[in-house]
Amino acid sequence: MNKYLEMFSVFFKIGAFTIGGGYAMVPLIEAEVVDKKKWIEKNEFVDTLALAQSSPGPIAVNTAVFVGFKMDRYKGAFFTTLGAILPSFLIILAIAMFFREIKDLEAVESAFKAIRPAVVALIATSVISLSKNSKLKGMAFIIPIAVAACVAFLKITPILFIILAAIGGNIYMAKKGGTKQ
Amino acid sequence: MIYLELFITFFKIGLFSFGGGYAMLPLIQTEVVDINQWLSVSEFTDIVAISQVTPGPIAVNSATYIGYTVTNTVFGSFFATLGVVLPSVIIMLIICNFFFKFKNNKFVENAFVGLRPVVVGLVLSAMLLLINKETFIDYKSIIFFALAFFATYKYKIHPILLTLVAGILGYIIY
Repeated sequence: MNKYLEMFSVFFKIGAFTIGGGYAMVPLIEAEVVDKKKWIEKNEFVDTLALAQSSPGPIAVNTAVFVGFKMDRYKGAFFTTLGAILPSFLIILAIAMFFREIKDLEAVESAFKAIRPAVVALIATSVISLSKNSKLKGMAFIIPIAVAACVAFLKITPILFIILAAIGGNIYMAKKGGTKQ
Repeated sequence: MIYLELFITFFKIGLFSFGGGYAMLPLIQTEVVDINQWLSVSEFTDIVAISQVTPGPIAVNSATYIGYTVTNTVFGSFFATLGVVLPSVIIMLIICNFFFKFKNNKFVENAFVGLRPVVVGLVLSAMLLLINKETFIDYKSIIFFALAFFATYKYKIHPILLTLVAGILGYIIY
């Protein structure tokens, strides 16, 4: 298959099945881009998410830009981003054109009653594999748990933790004498 | 010109929406309902409901829907969607350029040592935010969660297959 068509279609698939928005696409990107296509290595995936979180806008779009850029710079980013956005664009356009009434969506709503808890399970699996891939051990487990609590319950903006983490990583490594792990 | 207005408004929304997802909703509502008065509050609530039952980022969904509703043309959807996506694409391209140039730089490497556990925490927070009364409506939801977790964690079932099976079961059961 043509390289660009392949990049487009993988992200089209991700875009079409990303339900719930935001991090709900993490398990799917992991399955397609990391496990199946191997466009990104397992340990590189956490870094990709860190970068995607540093830019405004949807995580799905940001990740698509990163993967596309890594594969084939601007041209690559164009095809992956287009693929990620097109499914929702087409579906929403169809809904806006033909189903202006919410009640038409009742069948879809009952399907989603089962999909939503399944998505939570998918993200739970991703959290486990991400923490394995980022080689967290011992006391380091406090960091993700504290960050998660602050963002989910105290509604502190994630970007603050991104900035603190970048600075904190440098302070930590400097204290260790600048040696790489 | 309405297309330009849509483009600029959604560009602004795209530019100031760190974190994605539902974090963008208050900003979208202010711009679309309060300032431009393109939609009423109840129409906006409809869009949120539609976004919950359709795939894709909520920002893109709102832009596409509002663009069409305001102009009754596909072009309205196009310009609103382009506007909402463009800031993140441009900023992300700048970040990518920087990253691939300096990824072996000591400071960048060290920054990632700090970023990795935080990102795990951010994904965990997304999961915690989904554990609410909209997701877990009854005991069946808990069974769906348990089965889905078992299927993905133990048997590595593909997320798309899992979503389809869950959708069909949901349609039959509810």
